[in-house]
Amino acid sequence: MAELTKKERMKIPRQEMPVQEPEDRVENFSEVALGYTLEMARREAERCLQCKDPHCMEGCPVEVTIPEFIEAVRVGDMAKAVAAMKAKNNLPAICGRVCPQEVQCEQRCILGKKGEPVAIGRLERFVGDFELANNTFAVTKGPSTGKKVAVVGSGPAGITCAVDLGRMGHDVTIFESLHTPGGVLVYGIPEFRLPKAVIRAEIETAAKALGIQILPDYVIGRTLTLDELLAQFDAVFLGTGAGLPMFMRIPGINLNGVMSANEFLTRVNLMKGYEFPEYDTPVKVGRKVAVIGAGNVAMDSARCALRLHSLRARTNGVERGEVHIVYRRSPAEVPARLEEVHHAKEEGVIFDFLTNPIEIIGDGKGGVLAMRCIRMELGEPDQSGRRSPIPIKGSEFDMEVDQVIFALGTSPNPLVFVNADGLERSKYGTAVANQESGRTTLERVWAGGDVVTGAATVISAMGAGKRAAADMDRYLKGESTW
Amino acid sequence: MYKILEKQVLSDVTKLVVVEAPQIARKAKAGQFVIVITHERGERIPLTIADYDREAGTLTMIFQEVGKSTMEMGLLEVGDGFKTIVGPLGHPTEIENFGSVICVGGGVGIAPVYPIARALKEAGNKVISIIGARTKELLLWEDKMRAVSDELIVTTDDGSYGRKALVTVPLQEILEAKPGEIAKIWAIGPTIMMKFVAATTKPFNVPTIVSLNTIMVDGTGMCGGCRVLMDDGAQFVCVDGPEFDGHRVDWNNLMSRISFYRSEEQAAVERWRESHKCNLDRMVAEGVK
Repeated sequence: MAELTKKERMKIPRQEMPVQEPEDRVENFSEVALGYTLEMARREAERCLQCKDPHCMEGCPVEVTIPEFIEAVRVGDMAKAVAAMKAKNNLPAICGRVCPQEVQCEQRCILGKKGEPVAIGRLERFVGDFELANNTFAVTKGPSTGKKVAVVGSGPAGITCAVDLGRMGHDVTIFESLHTPGGVLVYGIPEFRLPKAVIRAEIETAAKALGIQILPDYVIGRTLTLDELLAQFDAVFLGTGAGLPMFMRIPGINLNGVMSANEFLTRVNLMKGYEFPEYDTPVKVGRKVAVIGAGNVAMDSARCALRLHSLRARTNGVERGEVHIVYRRSPAEVPARLEEVHHAKEEGVIFDFLTNPIEIIGDGKGGVLAMRCIRMELGEPDQSGRRSPIPIKGSEFDMEVDQVIFALGTSPNPLVFVNADGLERSKYGTAVANQESGRTTLERVWAGGDVVTGAATVISAMGAGKRAAADMDRYLKGESTW
Repeated sequence: MYKILEKQVLSDVTKLVVVEAPQIARKAKAGQFVIVITHERGERIPLTIADYDREAGTLTMIFQEVGKSTMEMGLLEVGDGFKTIVGPLGHPTEIENFGSVICVGGGVGIAPVYPIARALKEAGNKVISIIGARTKELLLWEDKMRAVSDELIVTTDDGSYGRKALVTVPLQEILEAKPGEIAKIWAIGPTIMMKFVAATTKPFNVPTIVSLNTIMVDGTGMCGGCRVLMDDGAQFVCVDGPEFDGHRVDWNNLMSRISFYRSEEQAAVERWRESHKCNLDRMVAEGVK
């Protein structure tokens, strides 16, 4: 391929990602975005101006050398692209799918000032998928340090930390409370956004190469406690996430049909409830479903409900229902990734903005008949910087629904803090940890990800896991003291 | 895999298994439970711990075959195993010397009440136990309960064994005969039984602890499916319980919530029976009960 001038490069349109059409994809749980072909990826890579002073990297929590891997894609040297990527990011096939690139790397891309930024996320996914299919890059364990590290939780923070520690030569054991590793990647994010096979492949490949032992069915705080881990290991990393669901304190939350997004998604994703009765865990979907909240978890819940409607319509011949996102603020404040909102709308999710539930009304038989809501208006910005929603007096109305799914965020599970004297927690229940090093207030214990920040993104958890691993390595090698 | 080392058929529908799970046996205490999965496609179901042996590294669980998952579990034999056992979960029973206590066990609930009665006895309590079942066949562990109780009363609904009465009848009699004497009561069994035990003891104002068995997915506080309505708001059975003050539980809400998936459970059982029909036909033909 002849070298293009800067002007020519800038003329290339951002390469669209092939996707399953909305009317097809609501019928299945297969992945929506299908990924670039090599041609598409190379053409997209041509758009990168290879800035001398690239800003994109500043937006990446794990500091991927973005221009370097894109240049390698451009010239078709995939092995080099993979090596550049894996030097910083252990899980590119996952990050390429779930990172909010539009507020990270891509937001800082110079092309975005006037036109559309380079599709860094799509290229990252392409590189990640290429590696999963071709295995060009061997992750290797560093010279053994003889140090033993326990990593609690096998979500994004734990896996990233474990893999980095393994590469540094430490012996790592991961304790996972569920029966399958992956944490929120497995129980929270649906198959159509992040296939389980991708997670399994990324985790298994790395664990095998680095001799990382993954022990499922271990609830730290119950099966073993932190003090016991400290007696057996030289260092402990807590990446236990934020798994506790929040419910609104309104009447009717204990009716049948009212559930947390965690329960709904865990039944669908981890337990494969959409394949009931082939799989044993049932999942209910109402005729008219209201999902409360507008984050990624809300979008995931709504889109799972839509798919369940389609599957049930096909097998039972019942009429397809409705799925609503009920959000107390306006479209401008929606916290979900742009792409998820776009996909949800395309698929037929109905958005009710500036609406807040105040009561769930029972049908007299234990189930849900309706949800009483109140209209909201936006007032002055609150602590989050977003305009705070204020109820409009007298605007109450009843919305006829039979299922209500709360996706209002989550907080850390307190179980891990059993027998963890000296480990300080904030009033929100999160572990207090140094943002840079991940050190907690308890010697030899590091923490990172949602357990420290409260519910956030996969990539910020990975960034925290990475920084903690670097600090743990220095500590374990005697280069720094506690 | 968590291997089954011993199996006992306690009745047509009640089975006991002793399972190898040293990391859980090390920690298990009376009142706690585990989550088990039978196979790759199985669901996570909570089972109370009936007994444990720290030295042997084993857990004993007793279950009644009420749905597809427990029917499948019932088919597991020595040498087979569970895909997953996780725990011990929930808070252990608070054991101290309260004085005189009553332990009520109904049906398969006799199993989890046993380690509690034993621990209470070891702590110096005078333990009166009442165990009951629908019929004689479903009664279990009478001898074990007798060994840890100062007094044991046995009832059956149909009078096929022991006294023909619901467990609440002798319970009421004891409370009437010994006013102010009973310090605390534990009751484990079908939800309806626990509801009526709580209703029986309420007028006497005797603290009554029940162990709730609700629908759960993860069992670690993550899904919230197990929430129970107490007089001051919702609590999670898996992390706040499984034991609660029976006088403060909203029993009607609980009964409604545990039946939420009944139609799916029935459909799963029918489908499973259908697929096993050929086997059953063969067994019947061969004269196996």
